[in-house]
Amino acid sequence: MSRVWRLGGALLALAGLFATARADILVADLSSHSIAITTGFTGASVVLFGATDGLADVVAVVRGPERGVTVWKKGKVAGIWANTDSVTFVGMPSFYAVAATRPLADALSPGTAALYKIGTDNLKFETKTPTDPERVKLFAQALIDVRKRAGVFSPSPEKISFLGDRLFRTTFYFPAGIPTGTYMVEVFLVRDQDVIGGQTTPLVVSKVGVDAAVFNFARNNALAYGAIAVVMAVMAGWIASLPFRNT
Amino acid sequence: MSCRFVARSGGCLIQDANLYVMDVYLPVAEVSLDIFVLLGLGAAVGFLSGVFGVGGGFLLTPLLILIGVPPAVAVASSANQLVGASVSGVLAHWRRGNVDFKMGFTLLMGGLAGSVLGVWLFTFFAELGQVELVISLCYVILLGALGFLMGIESARAILRRRRPGTARRRLHRHTWMHGLPLKTRFRKSQLYISALLPIGLGFLVGVLSAVMGIGGGFIMVPAMIYTLGMPTAMVPGTSLLQIIFVAANVTILQAFHNHTVDAVLAMLLLVGGVIGAQFGTRFGTRLRGEQLRFLLALLVLLVAAKLARDLTLRPSDLFVIPADNRL
Repeated sequence: MSRVWRLGGALLALAGLFATARADILVADLSSHSIAITTGFTGASVVLFGATDGLADVVAVVRGPERGVTVWKKGKVAGIWANTDSVTFVGMPSFYAVAATRPLADALSPGTAALYKIGTDNLKFETKTPTDPERVKLFAQALIDVRKRAGVFSPSPEKISFLGDRLFRTTFYFPAGIPTGTYMVEVFLVRDQDVIGGQTTPLVVSKVGVDAAVFNFARNNALAYGAIAVVMAVMAGWIASLPFRNT
Repeated sequence: MSCRFVARSGGCLIQDANLYVMDVYLPVAEVSLDIFVLLGLGAAVGFLSGVFGVGGGFLLTPLLILIGVPPAVAVASSANQLVGASVSGVLAHWRRGNVDFKMGFTLLMGGLAGSVLGVWLFTFFAELGQVELVISLCYVILLGALGFLMGIESARAILRRRRPGTARRRLHRHTWMHGLPLKTRFRKSQLYISALLPIGLGFLVGVLSAVMGIGGGFIMVPAMIYTLGMPTAMVPGTSLLQIIFVAANVTILQAFHNHTVDAVLAMLLLVGGVIGAQFGTRFGTRLRGEQLRFLLALLVLLVAAKLARDLTLRPSDLFVIPADNRL
């Protein structure tokens, strides 16, 4: 049953995309298609803007690269708080933000929101090993809470505002600690609580300049990196002691 | 974002008022921190390092974690920083003739072996998701015990000096340790003891160095004074000498196995640290041995108390995602 539902959803999405292409009822783009993490990086904002035929809602979702995540629960062992229990999820987005012209519950039917995984409540939580559903629910909620506090999951949907009838815009904020990789920005055109069109735009987050060089060198030539770090430290120690030599 | 430093407990340490800040992005730690905070932290810890002849890692690592550096990166980068701080310290002590090279290299033999085991243990606990707990527990137990013992001993020594005429401690007490084989003469330290003692001590400190991101000076210094019986003046320089090599070994091993050494972070801490260490060394030579030990004991106990409190207090959030902190 669920497979039929999913297939239907995929066809619907495809149909929606074709509709977009044909009628051009949704055009959207980002103010920038890349975020460069440099030495002074403290976070970045990217503006999503576009135009519709003015008769529909717009919902946008930003998803960071998917990764496995282990969530630990602390418990008291002999008077000390320690990590005692864990659940490992696979394929979780490392960044997740939603923006909409109206509150999500008004703009989308629950089925549609679930189908397109819109909103943190509709993320799919697959565990690495079979786990009791109650536990999955508990740890999934914890994962969402922890990441919302870290700023990598948006705490509540951002507002997409209309300028006039057709133009819309919203701003997504990316904090300093965001993971690197290719992010996907999905824009959905929604009418009568159903998705009728969509567009996906990539957003590349990467380290550039000296930082990228240091990071890549540390990963790819770990031994040489370690040796150079030591030599630099020895040199720094020696140089610093020179002015004090004659005292 | 109005919070400058988010504590690991989730609370806000420093609000973003109109402070003059210059953030620098650390490429391996993957966080942005204020450059002046890092320089100041390095200088303060470097000063203490010079005074006491300890690397200061036992203060640096917890402080880095506190200001938002992922624990694994804090441990490994502290080791990197220690290399430079120790070189600077050894040079200062060496000019005063206070380094026993033979003793230093004997300690080192054990230290290198110990640090290999330590890095392996670190990786093992990280995979189990328990490395943070292990680091904290190691700190509390070791700092607590040492601070307590050293505090009592040095307080007694200070009181004895105030009341002349009280019996002095016997210079040499013969225990089982003196029956061990491989007797070696350490001329500079005026000792004739088994080489197994410094090798064993070095090994223990090497393990801790890798797991805790410390040079192990705060264990090494009291052990050299009380267990090996070295003259107090000779201890800081000799301890720092072996820390250079153990910390260098830890840095390379951590960089290779865990990719957690942030050289940019280490260099920033060093710039402040090496200068602080020079001033610390000068200041230290003006203090008496037992006063020095008493001050160190107080400092060690303070850090232990803070960490013990953190372990037993109910965390503000019962759930954590260590991977988000790159552990």
